[in-house]
Amino acid sequence: MPKFFNSKSKQLEGDIDGFLDRVTTAGLIFQEGVKAYVKGKKDKFEKNFKDITDLESDADNIRRDIKHKLYTYMLIPESRGDVLGLLETLDDIVDICEKVLEQFSIETPEIPEFLKSDFIELAELSSKAVEEVVKGARAFFREIGMVSDYVNKVHFYEHEADDVEEHLKRRAFNSDEIKRFSHKVHMRYFAEKIAAVSDVAESVAERLSVYAIKRRI
Amino acid sequence: MLTIIFFLSSGLFLGWSLGANDAANIFGTAVGTKMIKFKTAALICSIFIILGAVVSGAGASHTLGELGAVNQLAGAFIVALAAAVTVMWMTKAGLPVSTSQAIVGAIIGWNFFSHTATSMSSLSKIVGTWVFSPILSALFAFLFFHITKRIVERSKIHLLRLDSYTRIGLLVVGAFGSYSLGANNIGNVMGVFINSSPFKDITLAGLLHLSSIQQLFLLGGIAIAFGVFTYSKKVMMTVGSGIFKLSPVTALVVVLASSITLFLFASQGLHDLLTSLHLPAFPLVPVSSSQAVVGSVMGISLAKGGRNINYKKLSQISMGWVATPLASAILAYVALFFMQNVFMQSVFK
Repeated sequence: MPKFFNSKSKQLEGDIDGFLDRVTTAGLIFQEGVKAYVKGKKDKFEKNFKDITDLESDADNIRRDIKHKLYTYMLIPESRGDVLGLLETLDDIVDICEKVLEQFSIETPEIPEFLKSDFIELAELSSKAVEEVVKGARAFFREIGMVSDYVNKVHFYEHEADDVEEHLKRRAFNSDEIKRFSHKVHMRYFAEKIAAVSDVAESVAERLSVYAIKRRI
Repeated sequence: MLTIIFFLSSGLFLGWSLGANDAANIFGTAVGTKMIKFKTAALICSIFIILGAVVSGAGASHTLGELGAVNQLAGAFIVALAAAVTVMWMTKAGLPVSTSQAIVGAIIGWNFFSHTATSMSSLSKIVGTWVFSPILSALFAFLFFHITKRIVERSKIHLLRLDSYTRIGLLVVGAFGSYSLGANNIGNVMGVFINSSPFKDITLAGLLHLSSIQQLFLLGGIAIAFGVFTYSKKVMMTVGSGIFKLSPVTALVVVLASSITLFLFASQGLHDLLTSLHLPAFPLVPVSSSQAVVGSVMGISLAKGGRNINYKKLSQISMGWVATPLASAILAYVALFFMQNVFMQSVFK
């Protein structure tokens, strides 16, 4: 019986680690995709967009598989709901990263030169928030005491992203360089979309800190 | 034969109710939180309770014998019945009742009725142990909680692996707890029948020797096992999701602490070892597994900084030390009177 428990557990540990790896990768591809778009590297951007689309469906499959195994093998009955809730919200991060790149691909917003650095910085901060929340999720499984450290970092990056988003929007609307009002609104829309990635990361972090309190012995 | 079965029935009923109630102290959280299937828990629990009863049941039963040697089968029937009814009644009232306390009260009731002197040294040894056992459990739980917490935190073990280790732990500790419960509590169920045992010593296949007392204990053990299989699931579900909300890891600590306490007060081997080393030995006394568990939970509450200590439960326990034996003594006395004067049965020699 112990062997049975262990082999199933090890398999699932691997699945969960694999899922978390994909969330981190999604954050990085998202960042690279925004950078490529802003810098006008269309081919690289389209490759990033394709990669993240594949990653999104891959992450979905792994998550479904984990859910199935957790119920079939009756593992972690006490924390099962929390673990599945955590994985589902982490999956939302991958979804939103993919959606933002898709919007870039469809709407092809015209980014003026003076806003480029802000867009890149915003994407970097959002990606950082994703990276930290994934570290927090890993800590939830192995080192519960560390979760709050990562949650704090997520809050920090989300706050920074908010500042950059606001700064970017003000610059867009106060600028004489952008002539059309619709163009200004378009910039605001994309700033909000990129910042939304850090917002989702923050809401995962909130859940994570509650789950961590529940899991303390 | 029919008469013997009839007279033993009250003890068997007491055994059944012990199985129905006390198995939940060992496997309650594990089953209630779905860490272990009920069938697995019931099987392990039954096997080890019977083993504990037959192999190590004599020590704690002997102490009950010192308190009052019920020497007629009809008398033993009433004593066990009075204890069983008290347990049932107190359980219905929602109090953490103990079969040990009920049977001690009933034996004292018999002593009064038969004008037998109650050994005060035995009584004080027993009552002292009742008070001491939850405290000892709390101390063990406090200690084990800190050790477990440190190990889990330092080892950085994955949640899933911790889960599988906890399951194995709950099974192993549950088996040990069941053995200790059988060893410690069989005296409550069958102890009063020892002096009027209708069985003769037998040897099975020239290998396994079963004394008349061991046969009694085997029968009692089977009654407990029957209680585990037929009724304990309901109690386990209440324990697992109701009164004490414990995580599987803390449940493991609670069961380990309580089981060790029960074992210390039941193991003849340990008693002899400590005595031979000129160390103070634990008295072999039937204690309450429910109260040991409450003690362990309190120990964990203390380890967590003293929050959530259930003072109501504590006062109920101390009330039980007096109320349970008193109720059962009165009941036994009255029932013995009826048995002797209405049913014309001799209840003592």
